Formats: sequence, C-alpha cells, structure tokens
Amino acid sequence: MAVKVIIPTPLRAYAGKQASVELQAATVAEALAALTTKFGDLKKHLYSDDGRLRSFVNVYVNDEDIRYLQKDQTRLNEGDTVSIVPSIAGGARN
Amino acid sequence: MASKTETATARPTIPTAIDQPFVTLSKEEIQRYSRHLIMPEVGMDGQLKLKAAKVLCIGTGGLGAPLGQYLAAAGVGRIGLVDFDKVDLTNLQRQILFSTKDVGRPKIEAAAERLRGLNPDIQIDTFETMLTSANALDILKDYDLIVDGTDNFATRYLVNDACVLLGKPNVYGSIFRFEGQASVFGYPGGPCYRCLYPEPPPPGLVPSCAEGGVLGVLPGIVGSIQAAETLKLIIGKGEPLVGRLLLFDALSMRFRELRLRKNPECPVCGAHPTVTKLIDYAEFCGVRGEEAPTPVSTVPEITPRELKVRLDRGDDMFILDVREPHEYQICNIGGYLIPLGDLSRRVSELDSSREIVAHCRSGKRSAEASEFLRQAGFRKVLNLKGGILAWSDEVDPSVPKY
Repeated sequence: MAVKVIIPTPLRAYAGKQASVELQAATVAEALAALTTKFGDLKKHLYSDDGRLRSFVNVYVNDEDIRYLQKDQTRLNEGDTVSIVPSIAGGARN
Repeated sequence: MASKTETATARPTIPTAIDQPFVTLSKEEIQRYSRHLIMPEVGMDGQLKLKAAKVLCIGTGGLGAPLGQYLAAAGVGRIGLVDFDKVDLTNLQRQILFSTKDVGRPKIEAAAERLRGLNPDIQIDTFETMLTSANALDILKDYDLIVDGTDNFATRYLVNDACVLLGKPNVYGSIFRFEGQASVFGYPGGPCYRCLYPEPPPPGLVPSCAEGGVLGVLPGIVGSIQAAETLKLIIGKGEPLVGRLLLFDALSMRFRELRLRKNPECPVCGAHPTVTKLIDYAEFCGVRGEEAPTPVSTVPEITPRELKVRLDRGDDMFILDVREPHEYQICNIGGYLIPLGDLSRRVSELDSSREIVAHCRSGKRSAEASEFLRQAGFRKVLNLKGGILAWSDEVDPSVPKY
C-alpha cells in the first residue's frame, strides 16, 4: 500500500530534512521499518535500545492513535497517512 | 483496545463560573465589551461568566503573551500569572508582552503592568515563583481553569497531574520551530497529558527553542488558540479541543487534527491511578537539580583558553565545527564545517592522525560528535568545552553570541 508518513519537525533533521515520505507498507510496523531503513539516524529517536517505540512518540494512522488500533500491526490502506507525533515543549534550555 | 466512553460530548461549562450569583457589569464594562454583548453566542450571560471566571496562566512568555492579553481584553475577571523569569533580550523576538525597556525586569511585573493597562477592571494575581510539587496544588486550587504556557517537560507533567488531582481543565499548547500543538486536557471524561504522553523524553533528545529556534509568531498563534479555547470553555459555547490534538504547521499553513483518547490505564486519570499525589518531576524527566544536565561523555575536553594557548604556540590543531551552515554564517572561528547530522557520512574527510578539536555552539552537539569519533577509532579528539559561546566569553569577545 502506498502511504504517506509525516515526519514531525524535531525529527526532520534525521530524515533528510523532509516533512513527509511516501512509502510502501502493509502495516505500521512495515512503514516504520521502511522509514528507519531509509533513514538510519531516525532509529534511535523512534526506538529505545530494547526495540520498542519510545513512549514519548505516538503514531497515528489517519487520525487514530495506533495504541487504540492494533498497535504496530495496524493494517494500512492505500493513501493512508501515518503521523509520528512526539511530545514537544518549546522554550527552555534543558 | 478502543474505549467507547472516553470522548466528551457534553457541552463544556465551568461549573463554578455559572454559579456566581453576584457578578454584574457596570455601564462602562457594557461599553467596553459591547462587541461581545451583541453576539448571541456571548451576550450578557457569557460576559458575566467571563467576569466570574478565574484563570491561571502558567508562563508569561511566548505562549503567555497573546494568552494573557486576549483573556484580559475579553474581561476574564481574575487572571493569575505564574513566572519566575526575567525579561531577556532574546525573548523579545516572540514575547510581545514586553518592551525593550523591560529587559532585566521580572516578567511577572512587566506582564501585570501591561495587562492592567489593557483592562484595569479585572483582578491580576501574580506569582513570581517557580511552580513546584510543593506549591502547585496551593496555587492552582483557587482557579477554575489552568492554561499551560510553559517551556519544559517537567512543569508540563506537574501542571497536568495537579490539574487532574484538582479536577481542573488544563488548556495545553506547545511549540517547536514552526509547529504547534493544542488541546484541552483534564476535562471531565476527557484525556489528560499523560494519556497522550505517559513519559517524557530523556533530556537532550528533544531540542528546546534555545537549541532548535522558533518562528516568533508561532507561539502567538498557538497562544491565541489557547485563549480561544479558554474563552469557549468559560462561556460554554462551541466545541472545545477535548479529545482532540490540534497540530499546526506554520510553514505549510496547515492544521491537522488527531483523535486523543482517554487512556483507561492512565497512571493519573485512569480507572486505577498510581499517581495520587505530585511527584518529583525533575527526577521524572531526568533533570537533576537546578543545573542543566551535561551529556555523559568520556571524551576529554579543552577549554577555549587552553585551545588559544596551543594555537598561538603553533600546535597543529584541526578545528571541526559541527554546527549548521546557517550558524556558521552568524559567526565562526574558521573551523572545518561538518554538521553533526552529516558526520557519519563524511567522517572520511577527517584525518585521524591529527589532533581534532570539535566545537559547536555550547558544547553539547560537539560532545556527541566527539563521542562518535572516539567510537569510530579517532584517538586524538577533544571537545571544546562551552562551544563558541565560551570562546566569545573567554578568548574573543568580538565573536557574536546567539
């Protein structure tokens, strides 16, 4: 399935500065795998060392959080949008 | 596991506001708010609710500036402001509540003065303090609604948890570069911030405005959205952003929306909460004490003074600048530019037999670069402590700081 993956601003530096990427994938897991294969530096920002999606990063298919669908096994349809939404807080140096 | 009960469908109201029996509008107030009063969606009813409402604005900076001004303009009867910071020159690019003459002044003082000038009829409470687990419940308890305009994760989690514990809605807004988010958390039946993000990112993984920059007008837009949501919740009209995450991208000028569900297993607002009192949020977010955490690095450092001594002596030092090209244009010390993000691909351009000093703006990115080079087998790598900022302070003040 051809899907669009939206890259949030804080991660664009690790995705060749692109705001979105078109990929072929049947599930969310495949889409993220294809994404991190294409952009290796993204991996550590999306996944912790034990291979799990980082908890401050949420993934949506269209407007639904995958935690309430079938998580990374959520099946994708043609033209779906996969959004990566990390927490942002602006402001202070920390 | 989709829950069917979590979306809030009830018309939003702030119960305490509509129960206020003794609020009236003077003749002058009626004139001041005439543009509200002539709209059926607001009317006398709505304006009285605004006057009876008590809203706490946490942060008077980028988000707080439009927020405070629009709430004061709208006649919110009591506005609390929380901010312990002082106005800095770098704030004026976006924090439009302040004037140049306010630089150095406590933000809360300048903010209160400005808001009282805009609307002398309302009550402005000021809290020149950092919000902590020790004082948050006490400060928040007298207000109906909390608006989060803060700039760090620890405070966001603190505000969220305090709002859930106190049963108060939390109008959320956050920004980064050209992107913003907005939502309403803590509304009865709706999700809270932890439903969305159960844990904060470890420090250093998400850049702040100081490191990533921000388009000045962006907090103006997002803060205005927060003000709009606040007013809607008070007057009980329209559809609030409960259960909705509004995403805004200023570059493409597009708004998107994602559905937020209340997490039945949320540690704070779920069916079986494990967080029943405020915790140590600095520890939760991995920030220890008052100091900004320095990245854990085993790479040896060199101070700007030491580097200058060695350069003057004629030592062969290769200066590697790992900042971005647009930063190089602001100022540089003649280093060889390989942005950090490109380093792994361009490492072959470096000669491992030479002594390499890596630098960036403040020393954080170059610490990462130095660590990377060390692991790639470079034996003679030093990290310039404090970056080009420290070089400007210690060696060459003609180098601008940014």
